[in-house]
Amino acid sequence: MPRLSTWFVRASLLYLALGFSLGALMLANKAWQFSPSIWKLLPVHSEVLLLGWFVQLAVGVAYWILPRISGTNPRGNPRLVWLAFWLINLGIALAIFEAFTPLGGLLLAGRLIQLAGVLAFVIGSWVRVKSFGS
Amino acid sequence: MPPLTRWFIKTSFVYLILSLFVGVTLGAQLIWNFPPASINLTPTYFHLLAEGWITMLIIGVVFWMFPKFSLQQPRRSLRLGWASYILLNLGLLMRLISEPAITSMNNTFPLWGILLTLAALLQWLGGMAFVFNTWARVKEK
Repeated sequence: MPRLSTWFVRASLLYLALGFSLGALMLANKAWQFSPSIWKLLPVHSEVLLLGWFVQLAVGVAYWILPRISGTNPRGNPRLVWLAFWLINLGIALAIFEAFTPLGGLLLAGRLIQLAGVLAFVIGSWVRVKSFGS
Repeated sequence: MPPLTRWFIKTSFVYLILSLFVGVTLGAQLIWNFPPASINLTPTYFHLLAEGWITMLIIGVVFWMFPKFSLQQPRRSLRLGWASYILLNLGLLMRLISEPAITSMNNTFPLWGILLTLAALLQWLGGMAFVFNTWARVKEK
């Protein structure tokens, strides 16, 4: 597995752990209702699991196993995909903070940065989606 | 493919079918109010899809295909792998029953609260077992 994939996959495992922890807390709160403010975690739970876990796992594994191309960069442009890693994670972090600060606009900023990150990944990997040997 | 992977993937297929059945039920609920709208099946639908289907499919494939941990233990701990399977499934099944039950009964029957808490704990432990067992397999060659 290339180093960039290990970063994506480890980040996705950390987000899985975080997302499951928040989910377990909310589920237990459904039973005992310790605090209504725990429900603020619901958008964080879905952001962390959808973008943090599913998307990053898929991107990390794709970077590892998609067909390689000839030339100096067999896995496409690595700078572009590293950029995707930092943008996606910054975007998730900003979107999470929206739930804990009175500042507006963090979700919007985070989602825009996530979009830029995903675009960087797709552009960097586009040419790797091809038939064997071509 | 190792037996644990086959269990995870086949189980994930069953959850996929179940989730679409719940999806159909949600559609019917809108028209006939049956089952009554007080039984909230939306979280059930999401978790059947996201946890039962996608996450379990991923876990099965990861256990099978990720870089080997060592020559003696290529998939690291088999025991932890099976523990994650059993915990995630017991937890998910318990929540599938107790979550709609607790919302419709307004938490008057304490058994549902206990079951739901246990479901939360088991799912969490199952997730952690998977993360722990997989972490050391995420490595450069």
